[in-house]
Amino acid sequence: MTDKGKYGIVAAVVIVGAFGYLLLGGIGNNLVYFLTPQELLAREQRGFDVPVRLGGQVKPGSVQWNAQAIDLRFELTDGVKSVAVRAHSAPPAMFRDGQGVVVEGRYGRDGVFAAEELMVKHNEEYRAPKPGEKPSEMYRSLMPKTTTPRT
Amino acid sequence: MTRLVGYDALAVALAVALFGVLAAAFAARRGEAALGALVRGSVFTLFGLTSVAVLAMVFALVSHDFSISYVAQVGSRSTPLFFTIISLWGALEGSILFWVWVLSLWAALVVWRNREISGRLIPYTGIVLLGISAFFLILLVGPANPFGLVTPVPSDGPGPNPLLQNHVLMAVHPPLLYLGYVGMSVPFAFAIAALISGDARQDRWLRLTRRWTLLAWGFLTAAIVAGMWWSYEVLGWGGYWAWDPVENASFLPWLTATAFLHSVMVQERRGMLRLWNVNLIVSTYALTILGTFLTRSGVLSSVHAFTTGTIGYYFLAFIAVVLLVSLVLVAGHSESLRGEGRLDAPIARETVFLLNNLFLTAFMFTVLLGTLFPLVAEAVRGVKVSVGEPFFNRMTLPLCAALLFLMGVGPALPWRRSDLAQARAKLLLPGGVALVVAVLSAVLLTRNAYAVAAFAFAAFAIVCNVREYWLGAAARRRAHGEAPATALVNLIAANRRRYGGYLAHIGVVAIALGVAASSAFRKEHDATLKRGEKMSVAGFELQLDSLWGREEPQRAVVGATLRLMHDGREVDRLTPRMNFYRTQDQPVPTPAVRSRLWGDLYLNLMAFEQDGSSATIRAITEPLVPWIWIGGGIVCLGALVALSGPARKRVPVHETTGPEREPSPLPLPELEPARTA
Repeated sequence: MTDKGKYGIVAAVVIVGAFGYLLLGGIGNNLVYFLTPQELLAREQRGFDVPVRLGGQVKPGSVQWNAQAIDLRFELTDGVKSVAVRAHSAPPAMFRDGQGVVVEGRYGRDGVFAAEELMVKHNEEYRAPKPGEKPSEMYRSLMPKTTTPRT
Repeated sequence: MTRLVGYDALAVALAVALFGVLAAAFAARRGEAALGALVRGSVFTLFGLTSVAVLAMVFALVSHDFSISYVAQVGSRSTPLFFTIISLWGALEGSILFWVWVLSLWAALVVWRNREISGRLIPYTGIVLLGISAFFLILLVGPANPFGLVTPVPSDGPGPNPLLQNHVLMAVHPPLLYLGYVGMSVPFAFAIAALISGDARQDRWLRLTRRWTLLAWGFLTAAIVAGMWWSYEVLGWGGYWAWDPVENASFLPWLTATAFLHSVMVQERRGMLRLWNVNLIVSTYALTILGTFLTRSGVLSSVHAFTTGTIGYYFLAFIAVVLLVSLVLVAGHSESLRGEGRLDAPIARETVFLLNNLFLTAFMFTVLLGTLFPLVAEAVRGVKVSVGEPFFNRMTLPLCAALLFLMGVGPALPWRRSDLAQARAKLLLPGGVALVVAVLSAVLLTRNAYAVAAFAFAAFAIVCNVREYWLGAAARRRAHGEAPATALVNLIAANRRRYGGYLAHIGVVAIALGVAASSAFRKEHDATLKRGEKMSVAGFELQLDSLWGREEPQRAVVGATLRLMHDGREVDRLTPRMNFYRTQDQPVPTPAVRSRLWGDLYLNLMAFEQDGSSATIRAITEPLVPWIWIGGGIVCLGALVALSGPARKRVPVHETTGPEREPSPLPLPELEPARTA
């Protein structure tokens, strides 16, 4: 092999190595862990101020929605521990007690999880709604009276 | 009845595909004519049979034949006819059926278009495509059979996934994506056939392949942009790209295919990069199958991820076969893939193409790592993680800037050699414009360094590419005395591949501008409005006029009507809506988008009071968003212009065993227009 070829290979290895180092470093700093409230609280100091996806259910009776200030507060629970969540967004249409939700954001040192995104977990498979949670009850009052929806 | 017709068509199609592959081994001994006839017959029969199966499925969907498993899964009597038909690709089994049909369509087109070409290259290409079809037909006959029997027959079904029946773009995005994705099988089949038949010694196969790759690439580009648009119009978040694994899956082969479309020119002109080009083709194809694996195996959760069983293993096995066969063939023919030319000078267009390939490959690896990392982390360490958007943005923005820069430098530099003085002279004007744009946007618009860099590099690239048209047209005007418009048209017509390419560059710059401006200057305003109340957005006032409901056969719609006021006058009315489908308790939004060339006003209905007294509205202003869609159109137009060029001179003589030809310095029939520099 010529000297030129050797240099080429060395240069390629250096470039690929540096790029790989950058990539792995970049990925390590930007991982978003998917945690439950219990897991988040167990991380103690390491749980603060890092991006996290927190999954659980809306604790019954904990939802406070201030429509004028667009301020939503609720507690997210996994049945063992719960975390206070605050979001600057409207509650999704089917947001209700016991609903499975995922919030993405950061847990602050004030003990409140500041959610940048709020997603309702819904099952892809069809499940008959329980009494009191039919979506149609959400909008029935808005439907024209002549075509009141079927029950 | 329909069920039997459909299933039997698929079973016979599988038999034909397998027969074609096996019989070819015998026919090969009886000469090329017999081989060609056999492969053509098999491919056309395959296309006919898969067409029958697809038609049977469409008929079953339209006639609501719920005894067929796929119809029972996605059909519903209340779904409008249009969405019933396009639910053909709305779930796993149907999407693979459609995939096979598109694949057999490509195969039939390739075999038919190249029917007069002698030699073994085209028959072998047909055989590879038959083999690939056989794999997908095995899925359809076995684990992903869309024509399963359902007893007792249900009286109605749930209908397609609400997200997939909420917008007409669902009729556009998937077929384009399949045409592009599956179309990448064609260059792969050509490459494998060229390696087996020995055609890889010369570059003829590459010239035959180039147009097919360009066509598939054009479809894939259109599909990606249409997917972004769909996400923007349906998901209600006012964005179009989230580095979602499924988006990445469509983008990965695009990156390698784009690299190939550039490096293929280096091989055609200079005989270099032969091994590299074969690798790019194989990678592109393997990435399409990887993408299919990601979206069809249930390892991801997303709109595109259909719930499934064991089908993922089939795809993993198929990827392994593809990579193994390619590796063995490439390793076994490394002699015939040796490059002939050398770089003459560091400052030349070849160097720009090499760098372009380097950056596009780095881009691909970055996205690939970010996409696969969560899967690996979960498998190895048992932790659930996702890779945050900042990773993708930070890693790829410098690459995007570098690619925009090269997009300008490439057209400005001549092939073979140039020198610093010449390069400086050519890059002075665009560099100056870029500098002025950078200073102006930093002073007037934003301190966001990424945005400033994006505008500067975009300005650089646009000046370089537009100038090529300008210089070429000016040279024609001088030489032929043509009017400016005629000169421009004739210039493009005389060298469509070249100027189509520059047009695609201009489209990519438009996309880059749209993305940069809409992410840097995006503003969100949320407000809960009572009837008659107003909020102010970007110099306008939005007043909630009414909140209303409407019953439709397949869904109930709740909408808010808002008046857009300027200086106290109503200028527009916007109605963001929420759609409640019966089979899903989460509503699907239909945002209201007021699009203007300089940007969009995007309204989403977030929440409403059940008594109709108030509604929460999210108003998003995003400058230049429409330029992403327009840019996508320009790129596709560029691809069309490049494709519309006259077909290359046919090479009827089969030269597999002939001596290797010296590469002529200008092997292309197209002539360079007079250069002024």
